[in-house]
Amino acid sequence: MTVPILSPEQVVERFTARIGSGIREARISERREGKKKNPHYTIWFEIDKELLRPAIEILIGIRFPHLSVIGANDLGDSIRLVYIFSIQYGEVKSEYMVTFAVTLQKSDLTIPTISDLIPGAVFGEREKQEFLGVKVIGIPDNRRLFLPDDFPAGVYPWRKDETGIPPGMVKDLWASRRPKDRPAPVVEIKEVSGIDAEPAKKTSESSKEDT
Amino acid sequence: MAPDEKKAPYTVQIGPVHPALKEPVMFTFEMDGEQVKTVDFAPGQTHRGIEWMGMRRNPVQIVHLTDRICGICGVVHTLSFSLAVEQIAEIQVPERADYIRSILHEFERIQSHLLWAGVAAHELGFDSLLHLTWRVREQAMDVIENLTGNRVNYGIVQVGGVRRDIAPEQHPIIETCLSTYEGLLEKLLNLFLEDRTIAMRCRDCGILTRKDAIELCTVGPTARASGVNVDLRQDYPYAAYGDLDVRAILPEQYIGETHGDVYDRIVVRLLEVGQSCQIIRQCLSEIPAGPITAEEKLAKLLAICKKAQGEAIGRVEAPRGECLHYVRMDGKDSPTAWKVKASSYSNLMSWIPMLKGEQIADIPIIVASIDPCLSCTDRVAVVQDGIRTILTKEHLHRLSVEKTRRLQR
Repeated sequence: MTVPILSPEQVVERFTARIGSGIREARISERREGKKKNPHYTIWFEIDKELLRPAIEILIGIRFPHLSVIGANDLGDSIRLVYIFSIQYGEVKSEYMVTFAVTLQKSDLTIPTISDLIPGAVFGEREKQEFLGVKVIGIPDNRRLFLPDDFPAGVYPWRKDETGIPPGMVKDLWASRRPKDRPAPVVEIKEVSGIDAEPAKKTSESSKEDT
Repeated sequence: MAPDEKKAPYTVQIGPVHPALKEPVMFTFEMDGEQVKTVDFAPGQTHRGIEWMGMRRNPVQIVHLTDRICGICGVVHTLSFSLAVEQIAEIQVPERADYIRSILHEFERIQSHLLWAGVAAHELGFDSLLHLTWRVREQAMDVIENLTGNRVNYGIVQVGGVRRDIAPEQHPIIETCLSTYEGLLEKLLNLFLEDRTIAMRCRDCGILTRKDAIELCTVGPTARASGVNVDLRQDYPYAAYGDLDVRAILPEQYIGETHGDVYDRIVVRLLEVGQSCQIIRQCLSEIPAGPITAEEKLAKLLAICKKAQGEAIGRVEAPRGECLHYVRMDGKDSPTAWKVKASSYSNLMSWIPMLKGEQIADIPIIVASIDPCLSCTDRVAVVQDGIRTILTKEHLHRLSVEKTRRLQR
């Protein structure tokens, strides 16, 4: 099985030939490091939401891509998701990054799932749902990923509007003291003797005040 | 209690984690006797919101924050973040800095793989091998301390270059360390790979097929052990790797076949220690003279970063696989967006196919085999007939050791 190695321009051509009208912007960025200044390339596509799945299908048609991660930024009235892929891995010095950026208006934060095309994507999609309040249509696993179950609903840590982290969750946390609704520790707290006896006594008193 | 209520499957929960670890995970297994039927896991037990913090700080501050993302990968996160910012701000890194970055990058790989090998030995019940690998790992740690000033949180990479040079009198220290490891490697390979019991425990245990590895976006040694030819140092020339001829290490080169099991992951990691020694030696002989940073004065550097606009991806091959930072800057002090993708982020999904159908005593070594640090298996709760009993990590470890002893008889 020999698949020809494409140049970054040829990769862009494949996309413009198939979904040219839907591509709002396509550019190639280049970076050279080391003494020999071998280049590596990143291909950036700015596309419409409807074209996300067709674009990934074209990418799979070239070679099966590696999905690195789904990046995201809150641009005020819209959220921009950046699907970061790489293709042609395993070929010496010929791997390119290919990214598809999709802008979602905050009035309609839905995006189709891509986890049927790339099963590993479900991890990143779950993360985007809880961190940005994006709704992934058809996601096979709708649970939270990183955030705990008792994290307040409607708060999205990466949003920069009123749904972001409120100051009360990060400032003056000392004032909130120990939460009172936590279960008792599994291990029994040992009696402290000697030098530590006095401060230990103090903490037990302060926890009494809490309850 | 009715007898049918005692029937399998019953649920076993493993986790959450030890707070000192990078990837704390809560596992829920559905068991049929000794066999794992389904696997589910919940990461994020100690999610610290580092990206949120970063989006309120400037790039020079973030570099030191990235140092603290992981206790083992001190270079990879700082390096990939710096690579992203340098692309946005169009900073050209001096060639000497590229080489110093690569040297430290490889030392980090050596110490990380040796640490992992020790953990793997411990989980199989070979504590003498754990002590041997961790003792020899100290030498790499000493060299890292000599080069950067720190054993962890090196603080060596800065946007635009590195913060410390490697002086000629440090070359012999590095050289002594490399030759020690090259001499030891034969012994380590022999101890791990020729041992009958390790082969019995690890061969065809926790298999990840090539197809699953590609579809689940697996990276690094875990992917390579399944026969996926992927190594950023080979595919995607960054820092000094474009000048060196690094080739991905695949298990078939060593043993002529690929199983995609725990044993293959040991093979790949141990061979990479030797490869890293060669890379460091080559870097040291070819390192060019010149400055080590594009901009020494932090105030000037900050002014450059503040003007920068655009988005970029910094990407490096960490000991566990691809580490990626996506940064977008809009001409402000702090980046508009910052996404950190550590290597284990991509590897966790591979646990599901690996663990299915395996025995409970194999859980520790399989979970450890992708190198997320096994001590995550902090506490185990077994729910059976509605009665919840908590097993300690020690209990699970004892099960693993007992299996090894049984096999040795």
